[in-house]
Amino acid sequence: MMPDPSPPIVELKDVDKRYGDGPLILEKVSFAAERGDFITLIGPSGCGKSTILKLISGLNPISAGHIVVDGKPAGSVDKLAFVFQEPTLLPWLNVTRNVELPQRLQGVPAAQRSEIARRSLELVGLADRMDYHPRQLSGGQKMRVSIARALSVSPRILLLDEPFGALDEMTRDRLNEELLDIRQKLAWTAFFVTHSVAEAVFLSNRILVMSANPGRIHSEVRVDLPYPRTEETRLSEAYQKLVVEVSKLLRSVERLKP
Amino acid sequence: MSDAKPSVMRIVRRILPFATGVGMILLWYAIDLGMNSEQRFLLPTPGAVARAFVEEGPALWSAALNTGGGALLGFGLAVALSFVLALVLSLSPLVRASFYPYLMILQMTPIIVIAPILILWVGPGLKSVTIITFLICFFPMVVNTTQGLISTDRNLVDFFRMCKASRRQEIFLLRVPSALPYFFTGLRIGATLAPIGAIVGDYIAGNSAGGQGGLGFLTIIYSSRFQMGALFATAAVGCLLGFIFVAGVVVLSWLALHKWHDSFSQADH
Repeated sequence: MMPDPSPPIVELKDVDKRYGDGPLILEKVSFAAERGDFITLIGPSGCGKSTILKLISGLNPISAGHIVVDGKPAGSVDKLAFVFQEPTLLPWLNVTRNVELPQRLQGVPAAQRSEIARRSLELVGLADRMDYHPRQLSGGQKMRVSIARALSVSPRILLLDEPFGALDEMTRDRLNEELLDIRQKLAWTAFFVTHSVAEAVFLSNRILVMSANPGRIHSEVRVDLPYPRTEETRLSEAYQKLVVEVSKLLRSVERLKP
Repeated sequence: MSDAKPSVMRIVRRILPFATGVGMILLWYAIDLGMNSEQRFLLPTPGAVARAFVEEGPALWSAALNTGGGALLGFGLAVALSFVLALVLSLSPLVRASFYPYLMILQMTPIIVIAPILILWVGPGLKSVTIITFLICFFPMVVNTTQGLISTDRNLVDFFRMCKASRRQEIFLLRVPSALPYFFTGLRIGATLAPIGAIVGDYIAGNSAGGQGGLGFLTIIYSSRFQMGALFATAAVGCLLGFIFVAGVVVLSWLALHKWHDSFSQADH
């Protein structure tokens, strides 16, 4: 976004990934994310989009190449949070305790935890649902709690793996807008995986289009629509044009056969 | 009319079980009437059973307490040990593979044959009854709890790993709570088995040296004296004991699960 001489917050160089003796999932993946980037990974099923998030988070190790996250090896970074496809809330804990959980696991004292949990829930507009259990919430509300939980560790890097895939379109659009609002306030770097071109264009400043078998970065699209983006953004010609462009790229990628 | 229908149905549903009970008692008396005087002692009337209840009340009461105590001890022991063993078994497939065959062997061995061995080892009475109860309850509880501990949602495990949770945190903050529904399923099976185990145990290893026995011991005495009414009363007390155990477990599982688990729907509270 702004000219920044500081080193990239996340950098992958010629990263390969395979599970055990299995086929190559990712081949020579290289990209660098600047602080404040909102990067969306989009591509056909099985292209390894989610795998890239897992490599950045350190949940899975890389097979070859180099990866640096916030100046450290992946997996040793604290200020990093993951939002999964499912809300992955603990059903026996109420909303507050769910949001507090990452801090609890890191040994943050209880008094401090609840204050941060309350603020995170305010950000996602669920401060009035603190005592509810997950099953009393709608799908969209559960996802909001999941996002609040991610925010509770004050992340510098936020990894989102198709978080809104299971929601209806209206809820998804609204959560997209809310996510950008929160980003405006908290300035993290985001990596977002989705199948939705519209969502990718709306959220990101950079879109990485991937091809499959093995997963590679096929091309990058810069989205120069100004932030803050609102409902109006979706109606603009520039937005529509980008949606068409990314859709075409995606279709050309899907036609590629190994 | 159509508004009244559901509530009428509800009342009918409430009444039906009682009506069935009354019908069966009437049938019982009818059978009794149809029998000649030599057959009659085989099937005591409900009235005779009720009289036996009163006459044998003190004996039944103290026997029920003894058997209930043995059942509770054996059940409690089974709960505690099955939980600990399930935790160990959940650690790795290797551990499970090395222990499961022996658990199966333990489960397949007939208790009736083990009982005399136990009597020789620890003597008759409460100790034997407790161990026999334990042996009967143990297996289904271990299996259920272990299954629960290894069935944790993969995504939640990933989330815990991502948060750099320790192994201990993963077990006690994630695996154990998410295994609770399985644990209570095992507990419920155990609760139906515990009184039966205690009565069987008492029947074989009850206080054969005289003094205080349980329901199993009473059964031996009443059957040797052909006290049919008292035998029916003993069966009823055993049944009641089973109900108390199961009800206790149902209450416990409600307390632990009703706020979050789907087995207790929100309409319940």
